[in-house]
Amino acid sequence: MQKLLKNEKFMNALVPICSALLGLLAGAIIMLISNYDPVKGYGALLDGIIGRPKAIGETIRAMTPLILAGLAVAFAYKAGLFNIGVEGQLLVGWFASVWVGYALKLPTIVHVPLAILVAAIAGGIWGLVPGLLKARFKVHEVIVTIMMNYIALYITGDLIKRYLYAGNEKSYSIQKSASLSSQLLASLTENSRLHFGIVVALIAAIIMWFILEKTTKGYELRSVGINQHASMYAGMNVSRNIVLSMTISGAFGGLAGAMEGLGTFGNMNVLSSFTGTGFDGIAVALLGANTSIGIILAAALFGGLKTAAPEMNFVARVPSELIDIIISLIIFFVASSYLIRWIFSRFSKEGE
Amino acid sequence: MDYVIEMNNIRKEFPGIVANDNITLQVKKGEIHALLGENGAGKSTLMNVLFGLYQPEKGEIKVKGQPVKITDPNVANRLGIGMVHQHFMLVQNFTVTENIILGSEPTAKGKINIAKATKEIEELSNRYGLAVDPNAKIEDISVGMQQRVEILKTLFRGAEILIFDEPTAALTPQEIKELIQIMKKLIQEGKSIILITHKLKEIMEVCDRCTVIRKGKGIDTVIVSETNPNELAALMVGREVDFEVVKKEPQPKDPVLDIRELVVLDPRNIPAVNGLDLTVRAGEIVGIAGVDGNGQTELIEAITGLRKAKSGTIHLNGRSITNLPVRKITESGIGHIPQDRHKHGLVLDFSIGENIVLQTYYQKPYSKSGILNYKSIYQKAKSLIKEFDVRTPSEYTPARALSGGNQQKAIIAREVDRSPELLIAAQPTRGLDVGAIEFIHSKLVEERDKGRAVLLVSLELDEVMNVSDRIAVIYEGKIVDIVNPKETNEQELGLLMAGGKREREGGS
Repeated sequence: MQKLLKNEKFMNALVPICSALLGLLAGAIIMLISNYDPVKGYGALLDGIIGRPKAIGETIRAMTPLILAGLAVAFAYKAGLFNIGVEGQLLVGWFASVWVGYALKLPTIVHVPLAILVAAIAGGIWGLVPGLLKARFKVHEVIVTIMMNYIALYITGDLIKRYLYAGNEKSYSIQKSASLSSQLLASLTENSRLHFGIVVALIAAIIMWFILEKTTKGYELRSVGINQHASMYAGMNVSRNIVLSMTISGAFGGLAGAMEGLGTFGNMNVLSSFTGTGFDGIAVALLGANTSIGIILAAALFGGLKTAAPEMNFVARVPSELIDIIISLIIFFVASSYLIRWIFSRFSKEGE
Repeated sequence: MDYVIEMNNIRKEFPGIVANDNITLQVKKGEIHALLGENGAGKSTLMNVLFGLYQPEKGEIKVKGQPVKITDPNVANRLGIGMVHQHFMLVQNFTVTENIILGSEPTAKGKINIAKATKEIEELSNRYGLAVDPNAKIEDISVGMQQRVEILKTLFRGAEILIFDEPTAALTPQEIKELIQIMKKLIQEGKSIILITHKLKEIMEVCDRCTVIRKGKGIDTVIVSETNPNELAALMVGREVDFEVVKKEPQPKDPVLDIRELVVLDPRNIPAVNGLDLTVRAGEIVGIAGVDGNGQTELIEAITGLRKAKSGTIHLNGRSITNLPVRKITESGIGHIPQDRHKHGLVLDFSIGENIVLQTYYQKPYSKSGILNYKSIYQKAKSLIKEFDVRTPSEYTPARALSGGNQQKAIIAREVDRSPELLIAAQPTRGLDVGAIEFIHSKLVEERDKGRAVLLVSLELDEVMNVSDRIAVIYEGKIVDIVNPKETNEQELGLLMAGGKREREGGS
């Protein structure tokens, strides 16, 4: 135990786990104060996350875009950049996937990968712009990506109305050949909306891990992310790495959009406000400590909580807003991880 | 009762190590007492115990003969113990007065009485000959002056015993002289000083007695006037130390680095290097001597490609490398030990292994078709760690976890291992202890003997004089003279560094 507590990797995993538990504990206290039964509430919540095949299916469906949004945030973060623009990259990716999915007639084996690829490219371009501005003119990426979010929101809406409008604020639906949804997965999970996007998300997680940890490019990106001066001294092209990391990050965001376009919905609405998934990606990356495996687990937790909120409301009468409070608290505890580390270091000293 | 501070048999443990093992330090009133030890010997721990930042496991502390328990720095302040930290704790855009009163503001009805404080500080400053302007902003005054503000801070709080933690590390030679005067003045006024250092010269010059600690143990307390630097070094390191860098006569061959009419602008667009000529030949060490800020940094940055040259040429083995990208220059055969190892030399959160391949990670065998080969990276790291005696738990340890000397050894291992035609060493021993300095100097000489060209840039005059085969004096961005270290002395170099001319004949 003593050794474990001094192990940095173990601590890195322990902090998010403790944060999640503390968040749930705080949620229970809030339920008690507001005269709800936490046992019943969490019972219903758990049931809504993994209680039935359909619940499992919906949880996995919800975590799919969260994984990709989390990867997008994490990838930029590893190169020392803060990509707040995942939401915008998701929207352009969503739109691009729907357009390709609707406008082309191709065999599935080509159509699905093509639509996914185009979504990634669209998101990549949306990340490239702030990357270029940062590298070339030192414009802070946070400002640019926030603005790019709004541009994406209104441009996609306008483009749907111009070219893809099916009425009732919706775009046309994609061709069957471009769809990620699956009869098999639906029947396995009592007709949930589960689709093959989870496979894409998991592959993307592996790709991120591989790029960052195994390739020379990833070595450069991490080096630039930690210490630009030393990277310059070592002869790396810092500007190019900034642009590259923002582009790849944006591509992950675009993929998240494709999951909605080709999987869950099969079309796109003229949105009046953001989906929030891109911003949730920040929380997912934070809780997942910017690692592939951590992001998958964090996305599962957040996806599950969001999916099961209505059931908790229905069964235990606990307002579903409590879930947002719990998620916020979890983020709070991760952000104040210093506190958790301090408590554990105290604990490990006492033990000697 | 003649001791103002007594720390008897202090023991302080941290998980896994004993930082102080039965150390006794006794300081007499009115003396400058040196605390000497290598990096990591336990000096800072002992002082932090005295200053109340750590609680000792065993031992007693007496101030003016009274046993005391110092539970936090406020208690230390009340007992008249003040610390002048190595890294200054000052608010950059506050005035001197505001910084000094911070935390103990003289107030009247909730309002700070700045005028009264300013007057008090001015009086203190005059009394101790500090010449500090209480109304100046910290960001506008020199490093040496900032240190005096730190000294004033302790005096303002009524310190009787001042602890100086490596006070000369950041100072120019001139500022060091002034600091020594200030310390002597403080003693005259009845204060006592504990000087933490590993610079033997300073101890010999200013201290009365010296307590040596090594690896957490108190070794001895000696009277400085009865000892000599060699004896002190031996006590500190635990073996005989050579100060004289042992080296054969240089065998210089063809020019490797050839700089002509070089002009480099600094960040404010003022020429920092201004028409500089310099040649370094294979098989010799050329040392650049100069006061900080005379273009040394910009010169190195221009050679290594980190800064663009405005005009002039830089040739390496006859080929122009002027304004090439850093990577091209590195590949053409330049090794660079940078002056700031944390900023430029290492990616601190990378492992030692990852740092060892910082410039070569994309080359075989460390990488093949874009995929890193960690096995060969860590193999290389392991062999270099052994060859250069880098003390680290393993090649997987983050560079951050190593001591300064071992971080520097890792950088030198990396740079030397690439077998560069030209090795640039900028302040290679800054902040390091005697053992590490000895090692680094011998490596530089070893490289020279292998027929490489070595360019040494240092603010330490001793280092330049001991290691170099030729000394080029830089002043206002130009090489003003080149002297033979055997035929010169500190006075002459100091004069040249200040822009004076060498007296070719006569005089004394």
